[in-house]
Amino acid sequence: MSVKLTTRQVGDVTVVDVAGRITLGEGSATVRDAMRDMVSKSQKKILLNLGEVSYIDSSGIGELVSGFTTVTNSGGALKLLNLNKRVKDLLQITKLYTVFDVHDDEASAIRSFT
Amino acid sequence: MQENASHKPEEVEQFLESTLESVDAAEELAVGMAQRAGLDEDELMKVGMAIRESMVNAVVHGNRYNANKKVRFSVSTDAERLVVQVGDEGEGFDFNSIPDPLAPENLMRTSGRGIFLIRSFMDDFQMRHLETGGTEVTLVKNLVSK
Repeated sequence: MSVKLTTRQVGDVTVVDVAGRITLGEGSATVRDAMRDMVSKSQKKILLNLGEVSYIDSSGIGELVSGFTTVTNSGGALKLLNLNKRVKDLLQITKLYTVFDVHDDEASAIRSFT
Repeated sequence: MQENASHKPEEVEQFLESTLESVDAAEELAVGMAQRAGLDEDELMKVGMAIRESMVNAVVHGNRYNANKKVRFSVSTDAERLVVQVGDEGEGFDFNSIPDPLAPENLMRTSGRGIFLIRSFMDDFQMRHLETGGTEVTLVKNLVSK
């Protein structure tokens, strides 16, 4: 399995449960397409749940940055939920951890969008 | 980390197609060798990612997916270290042109973090221009505590 995205709506927040690998190729393309699709549908409050992401490479990091920029520029907000240690370490060494709004609890993450 | 005295040295060299499937295959092969050499799970992830980034650079930026060009991939392990070499048949590039991905003006770029991650995850990383025009990178991971 490369990556699997499951989208659910909690109020006006779109929660995207991401599972698998976000790497160059199918994985990063799937994430990119999903982001663009949500923005085109004016879904501007997006919470990416990365709890089941086992692996992310520099291309995957690039997709997160791209998604963040696209959603922010459209007047929305993209936040991250449930980073495992590996993903958290990656965002820290690339100095992106403080760029993203990162949450450990879904309910408080959803409340933070208001 | 202690020296894995029982480890049997291994050495593999392959000439791989310029495809993303080759990236997966190279990572899997090298991680398997690193595991047998005694690296723990956390270090295996780092080595795997460094190899993935090196292979992606060779396939995507070096050979540009050209079906007529190969990537030379070699891995060796002994009691002291894991050494990986990745060589492409591309046109090469100016090593001084690599931007710092941690610089404020580059932080939100969507690419350009691969070599930084390789340097972060390996103990030594060298690049050289091949006489044939491509680029070869050498990645080293120490297997013995210093």
